[in-house]
Amino acid sequence: MSDKNMEKDAITGVETTGHEWDGIKELNNPAPRWWLIVLLISIIWAVGYWVVYPAWPTLSGDGERGGTKGSYGWTQYQQLKESQAEIVARKAAYLDRFNNADFDQIKADPELYAFAVAGGTSAFKDNCATCHGTGGSGSAGYPNLLDDDWLWGGDVDTIHETIRVGVRFTHDESRISEMPAFGGMLSEDEIGHIADYVLSFTGEAYDGPGKALYEDQCAACHADNGTGGRDFGAPNLADAIWFYGNSKGDIMSQIRRPKHGVMPAWEHRLDESTIRQLAIYVHSLGGGEN
Amino acid sequence: MSDNAAPIKLFEKKERIFPKRVWGKYRKVKWVVMITTLAIYYLAPFLRWDRGPHAPDQAILIDMPARRGYFFFIEIWPQEVYYLTGILILAAVALFFATSLFGRVWCGYACPQTVWTDLFVWVERIVQGDRAARMRLKKAPWTFDKLWKMATTHALWLLIGLFTGGAWVFYFNDAPTLLEHIVHFDIPWSIGGWILALTFSTYLMAGFAREQVCMYMCPYSRFQSAMFDKDTLIITYDEDRGEKRGKHKKGESWEGRGHCVDCTACVQVCPMGIDIRDGLQMECIACGLCVDACNNIMDKVELPRGLIRYDTTHNQEQRRQGAEEVTASAHFLRARTVWYTLVLCVVGGLMLYSLTNRATLELHVLHDRNPLFVTLSDGSVRNGYNIKVLNKAYEDKHYSLTVHGIDGAEIRVQGAGAVDASALPVFADSVGHFRVFVSAPKQADARTAITFELIEVNSDASLVANATTYESIFASKRR
Repeated sequence: MSDKNMEKDAITGVETTGHEWDGIKELNNPAPRWWLIVLLISIIWAVGYWVVYPAWPTLSGDGERGGTKGSYGWTQYQQLKESQAEIVARKAAYLDRFNNADFDQIKADPELYAFAVAGGTSAFKDNCATCHGTGGSGSAGYPNLLDDDWLWGGDVDTIHETIRVGVRFTHDESRISEMPAFGGMLSEDEIGHIADYVLSFTGEAYDGPGKALYEDQCAACHADNGTGGRDFGAPNLADAIWFYGNSKGDIMSQIRRPKHGVMPAWEHRLDESTIRQLAIYVHSLGGGEN
Repeated sequence: MSDNAAPIKLFEKKERIFPKRVWGKYRKVKWVVMITTLAIYYLAPFLRWDRGPHAPDQAILIDMPARRGYFFFIEIWPQEVYYLTGILILAAVALFFATSLFGRVWCGYACPQTVWTDLFVWVERIVQGDRAARMRLKKAPWTFDKLWKMATTHALWLLIGLFTGGAWVFYFNDAPTLLEHIVHFDIPWSIGGWILALTFSTYLMAGFAREQVCMYMCPYSRFQSAMFDKDTLIITYDEDRGEKRGKHKKGESWEGRGHCVDCTACVQVCPMGIDIRDGLQMECIACGLCVDACNNIMDKVELPRGLIRYDTTHNQEQRRQGAEEVTASAHFLRARTVWYTLVLCVVGGLMLYSLTNRATLELHVLHDRNPLFVTLSDGSVRNGYNIKVLNKAYEDKHYSLTVHGIDGAEIRVQGAGAVDASALPVFADSVGHFRVFVSAPKQADARTAITFELIEVNSDASLVANATTYESIFASKRR
């Protein structure tokens, strides 16, 4: 490389490349050859990727998205399948134990309990959250599952049964309760009196015609003191929780033409194990009874 | 500018360097440092440190699956990774400090790249002979003699590489157990892969890349050079004394010539392949081998030592002007060395303080957001909280959780079995997760500030002085 014609920089004694900009000349300090070799190896490595993985878009390729397929047969879907299979395998270790244990055993076993709550959480978000909310707090007409007020009962077995058969649904064993519409049977005044009396369970004392009307028409299901009846899903009227609102108008409207929610039966939609996990999860939300 | 210039050569084949054997003060230091650092590296994972039955007894261990780091009496959890930042800051400042005092000593003596390269050169020399023999062997045709020498060298390099990679994985696993597994080839791919990768990288870096790493890859060598000033200790060639250089026959006069006998001993021993007589170069790792080589020659020709030596440019200038040399104390006591000492002390002190005063109990409370609160049938209000109790002690403990700031508050733990807030069980060296409900009469404010207090409880239900608190809220109506 000692070309006589090559110009050398006076200060450093390094050859210049012959490139000059405004009097500034570029010195030529050659890079090491291995550096170039590493670059070339990296390029070859990249070519390897094209062969092994799906890489090139083609008009009618056999790959996942119509491109080249890659010799390795790798696809994102395949990877997803594999990682899901991994999760299923990991769950299987607990699932057997879970399926063979009753609710009391599960509630006493921290590992199985955590497994059930975790499984129930995700099943709830997928299937129940649409109506009951992601936090389980419901909304008007959709019961809040966090509080201690239960229409059909709040122990794990009863919750499990409610999930399994649904409410007012087509399932043979579905929970059914129909409050009659009093709109045609009672006058507006009478309905107003009953509403006043119902409000008195949680409010000021009431002494009027509503009491007799209530005992005549409502007490069979909702009980004399308004505490309701779980055998027929009659709401408790004497607590602070109101399903369809607690104004006099709301109550009158419900007496006149009651709204009835429907909950699907999950028996044939979800497997028994998931339903059991859901029951434990709902029970764990804070209002669970023993 | 010439028109008939040869094509510009943009890439250049690197010349292989064959450092000659040398003996002397700095070589001795290098051997000692090499043996010490390698011994630490290979043996440290086998040191034991008793932490009781619930924690590993390896003195230095990074336990990835359990997310714990152990260093003798220190243990850190993932959220305490800022200690690692502190160590990195300490290491950086220590490097600056050492550089401002002694120049590139790190490069010349302690850097793993230097240590392993030195070891590999030693293997090369034992098998193939010294510099001249190695150069001859390289040019020689492929005879049986060359073949077995080369094969032995590379086999030994790979073996050292294997031990290097092998030792590395011990820092992440229980060393004695893993050693047994390795001996029986009973290890997962993750560990085998690490061993192979580090075997190969050691072989490549110390066997082939060597000085190229310092010149083209290492950022530290560059910023150490950038920190040089006139008081930095560098390897110097005393030009005033050495020039004009030339061969010297025994008995000839030293009048009218320099003391450099142009024997090129300094060039032959240089692991970076430079000629120190050209002055300070960015390749120089300040290992001092040329100093040893030159001193040996000076002894032979019966001249004073120190033609090549550790010196500062400041001293060189002083001498040139006939002035006095900078005293050692003046050299070491400079503004920047004082500053670095100060920073080192402050950072090191802070780290030590926080590590020795590290709380072994931590409480975290996350208030439910969906929903913020639940109205109960009796009109009272319930809030949900996710509570994490970090028990960093090496024994299982129980804690009592209470809530302050709200009258008539009831606290309930939701979970498997009968867990009570007065005795939350948390295993040694782990995190306890608890689902906690607090119920209270409906409050006048939408949000009430409350405080959770966690106190350690003895087995006889008496309270221990170990406590911590966490501020949270109690929501009771929509804003």
